[in-house]
Amino acid sequence: MRLNLTVNGRPHQADEVWEGESLLHALRERLGLPGSKNACEQGECGSCTVYLDDVPVCSCMVAAGQAQGRAVRTVEGLADGERLDPVQQSFVDAGAVQCGFCTPGLLVQAHDLIERNPEPTDAEIRESLAGNLCRCTGYEKIMDAVRLAAQRKAVS
Amino acid sequence: MDFLRAASLDDALATKAQRPDIAPIAGGTDLMVGINFDHIRPSGLLDLTSVPELTEWSESGDVVRVGAGVPYARIISELGERLPGLAMAARTVASPQIRNRGTVGGNLATASPSGDAHPALLACDAEVELASTRGTRRMPVTEFFTGVKRNAAEPDELITAVHLPRATGPQQFAKVGTRNAMVISVCAFSVALHPDRAAVGTGFGSAAPTPRRAVEAEQFLSGELTSRGMWADPRPLPDTVVERFGELVAAACAPIDDVRGTASYRRHALGVLARRTVRWTWDEYSIGRQTCA
Repeated sequence: MRLNLTVNGRPHQADEVWEGESLLHALRERLGLPGSKNACEQGECGSCTVYLDDVPVCSCMVAAGQAQGRAVRTVEGLADGERLDPVQQSFVDAGAVQCGFCTPGLLVQAHDLIERNPEPTDAEIRESLAGNLCRCTGYEKIMDAVRLAAQRKAVS
Repeated sequence: MDFLRAASLDDALATKAQRPDIAPIAGGTDLMVGINFDHIRPSGLLDLTSVPELTEWSESGDVVRVGAGVPYARIISELGERLPGLAMAARTVASPQIRNRGTVGGNLATASPSGDAHPALLACDAEVELASTRGTRRMPVTEFFTGVKRNAAEPDELITAVHLPRATGPQQFAKVGTRNAMVISVCAFSVALHPDRAAVGTGFGSAAPTPRRAVEAEQFLSGELTSRGMWADPRPLPDTVVERFGELVAAACAPIDDVRGTASYRRHALGVLARRTVRWTWDEYSIGRQTCA
């Protein structure tokens, strides 16, 4: 089938999309956007988190056809040109990136948290990121990064 | 395999009547896992996420109708006062991303013994709304679960909503698992006090082939509360009553050993959950009564 959707503000089209295909597969393999990562394919790890119409979802559990005509924002769409989003810059500055595989999903999920809750408590950060696994287990640095990002967004 | 998007409920029902084997998809949090892992290959997908009748909730008198496609995140943020037990259960589902997509309709369709919504639906005497081109019917949720991952919907029917009475007393939900997030419950329990009719509701999950009520426990507790005059004049629940309630809940289950836990552990833990949650609800009810008086 043909898939039309908006990704990171731009219209995209893909042909020969399999009807049972996930949005994640379509993004990575049809639209050349490999930022969203493919790991568990069952919603356990959060590495494939993207915004679908402004709501963070695991793109591995959205059928590509369900995104027809809708707006998707991936990790590739967080930065403003060359300027990283404060959440991205904070992950770099806090040393919250180790192997980097979980980072795209964490960035999108943390971005949404701070949009909705500009001053999250530690408990709220942990709860918000509970569906994102880091197998390097760098969670303390990730906590630091989210706290830093919230502070930076508050003053910007 | 093909992909169809229903624009309206009539459209969805017409498709389901013509093609009863098509797989309805809303949040996709269960169905897509099966497709990703090649465990299932439906003849087609029928996307319900654009059907307005399924994605809203409404209130009529004392009854709340929750569209089958309302995601858990909205049940938590919008229905916590009206349906506290269901909102608490929703709050324990998986992770934020999954609560943004997953729905009670999908939970019912899967009809897993471990579905988080089911104990809360049972404790509140929920009714499941089923629709087809032949018409719409409502069925008590107690009759809906017919076996492990089996339900009473006919092949041409869609689950369109659940109907629950607006809470008249405290409700609780608790489950046992290895962590808070991303857990398939080892066992789960919900209790609801219905002071308007001097009744107690219960539901448990992951401890029998289907989610079930603990009917004897309900009758025992409501009988004790009524005979002691405690609905009108709440006093602390006697330990003997709490103990007996827990025993009767544990006696109602029929668990199995599996990778998540043994049958004996499940039976024990269910009794613990029952004692804890009934104390929480009763304490809340007692304080509420004192505040009102």
